[in-house]
Amino acid sequence: MKRLPPIAAALVFLSACEREDREFRPSPVAGEGDAAIALSSIAPGPGGTEMRADTGKAYEENAYHLSEGKRLFTWFNCKGCHANGGGGSGPALMDDRWIYGGEFQNIVQSIGEGRPNGMPSFRGKIPDELIMQIAGYVRSMGRHVPMDAAPGRNDDLMPRPSEHRLPSSPAVTGGTVPPSGQAPQ
Amino acid sequence: MRCCRPALLTPPLLLLTACSGWQSSLDPQGPQADLLAGLFWVFTAVLSAVWLLTMTALVVALLRRHPARTEPLELNTRPERGMARTVGAAAALTLVVVVALTVVSYGAQRALFSGGEAPLTLKVKGHQWWWEVTYEDPGPSRQFTTANEIHVPVGQPVHVKLESADVIHSFWVPNLAGKMDAIPGRENRLVIQASKEGVFRGQCTEFCGWQHAHMAITVVAHSLEDFERWRESQISAAEPPDDPVRKRGMQIFLSRPCVMCHQIRGTPAAGKVAPDLTHIGSRLHIAAGTLPNGRGNLAAWIVDPQGIKPGAHMPLIKLNAEEVEPLARYLEGLK
Ligand code: HEC
Ligand code: HEC
Ligand SMILES: [Cu+2]
Repeated sequence: MKRLPPIAAALVFLSACEREDREFRPSPVAGEGDAAIALSSIAPGPGGTEMRADTGKAYEENAYHLSEGKRLFTWFNCKGCHANGGGGSGPALMDDRWIYGGEFQNIVQSIGEGRPNGMPSFRGKIPDELIMQIAGYVRSMGRHVPMDAAPGRNDDLMPRPSEHRLPSSPAVTGGTVPPSGQAPQ
Repeated sequence: MRCCRPALLTPPLLLLTACSGWQSSLDPQGPQADLLAGLFWVFTAVLSAVWLLTMTALVVALLRRHPARTEPLELNTRPERGMARTVGAAAALTLVVVVALTVVSYGAQRALFSGGEAPLTLKVKGHQWWWEVTYEDPGPSRQFTTANEIHVPVGQPVHVKLESADVIHSFWVPNLAGKMDAIPGRENRLVIQASKEGVFRGQCTEFCGWQHAHMAITVVAHSLEDFERWRESQISAAEPPDDPVRKRGMQIFLSRPCVMCHQIRGTPAAGKVAPDLTHIGSRLHIAAGTLPNGRGNLAAWIVDPQGIKPGAHMPLIKLNAEEVEPLARYLEGLK
């Protein structure tokens, strides 16, 4: 009986042994053929996409994918139009309002197919796998992802609290495009 | 006992195998490296002598017979005074050695960092897990960027400004200079100079993540004329291909995600986050010293970068089997 507490204490340490998997490349089997998310033609408002697999979860709950998404958000110059998520010529991505829906598949579609009022299409320019990583990261800006997976503090000056400290609120439809972002009709 | 002698000799001999070659600070090939190697040998010699002396003194002290003390409380000051003198002399000697070594090392440092004019200034920026190299020039049209390979003229000091794009890296080409960290948001300076023609290998020496071990840089030292020829060819934009296979390779490159990350001057590809590929065909290695350059290795890299360098920031891009060959030929020909 006396041995129990030390053994229990030792077991506690083991709980840290399971490490998240880092998937460096899409699995060749699942990657062949169709995209993981079937994309339909563009239409305003959420919806229009169907999820093939439980794809979103795999990206949103994985800290590695989210941190890669964060790097790529800068690399592919999303910052140029959306700033650090607060919005510039493009709409804010860190608030809870979404013009085209805030679900994972809506965001994948926004990035892949583009949106009519000035969001360029990145399909063919960014590999699908990376679009999903970026989509996961965009979701983390509204903290729609688990807190322990969301990216932490930057090494450089932070323009806003880090993603894992942002408040989480459910997505609401009805975002707005800033006037500077609206394409001339 | 005779049987075992070779076995006993092998370990010390193994230590010597690292003493020469294209990545060794004990085989200095420039004045900066000479200074450091000099320091190393002075320190090694002095400290070995100190160690031997100390050990000899210790053994002598242990072996010496002490006259038996008949009366434990008796005060005999004569031997005590002798001992005090020995200890005092040893302490003074230690002080002299420490001060002398400090002065020697200070002198070497002053010589290493004594600025001076250099005709050539490079900016070397560490990225996870490759090096971006910019040759600065007062004329903006003569400035150019390359990656993972530095060319220097023999006998001229070259100023290297070290920066980092992400985490701390460290730049070390042992045959030419000491190591210096590349720190985000800061510019560190280093002078390198080669006194002989040759190819030297450098390595990132500050752990920087998954592929730290595959983050090498190659330094090629040639005569001034060869260097100028190399520089002129690097300044020029990429030659447009003339044979149909390479033309197709260029189309494939330009229509794929490659252009989002890589730059090829003279084409619309203008990505700035990955190695500049304008003259990739002229480099000795690819992927920061991971593979020797060549069509086969270029193809292998493009088909599966994550198999060769897991975690590297170049994604797997799905290509059709018949697209790989033209693409590799196109890149190979970018001399
Ligand atoms: C040229 C400027 C520009 C760039 C670059 C750009 N965006 Fe956009 N983005 C916009 C504009 C403008 C809209 C609004 C489009 C509309 O309302 O039809 C938008 C909309 C979006 C939306 C939908 C927002 C909502 O409320 O539904 C997402 C998600 C998005 N962008 C993500 C990205 C990501 C990720 C990147 C980088 C890969 C990126 N954008 C790059 C301008 C840009
Ligand atoms: C997401 C950005 C990205 C895309 C897209 C990309 N690369 Fe790369 N590439 C990189 C990075 C980062 C490296 C450096 C990897 C390293 O050494 O760690 C690299 C390295 C290379 C190298 C070796 C360069 C050198 O100097 O050693 C070649 C060749 C190359 N890529 C070709 C391609 C081709 C061809 C494509 C398109 C099929 C492509 N890349 C698409 C980011 C990218
Ligand atoms: Cu490193």
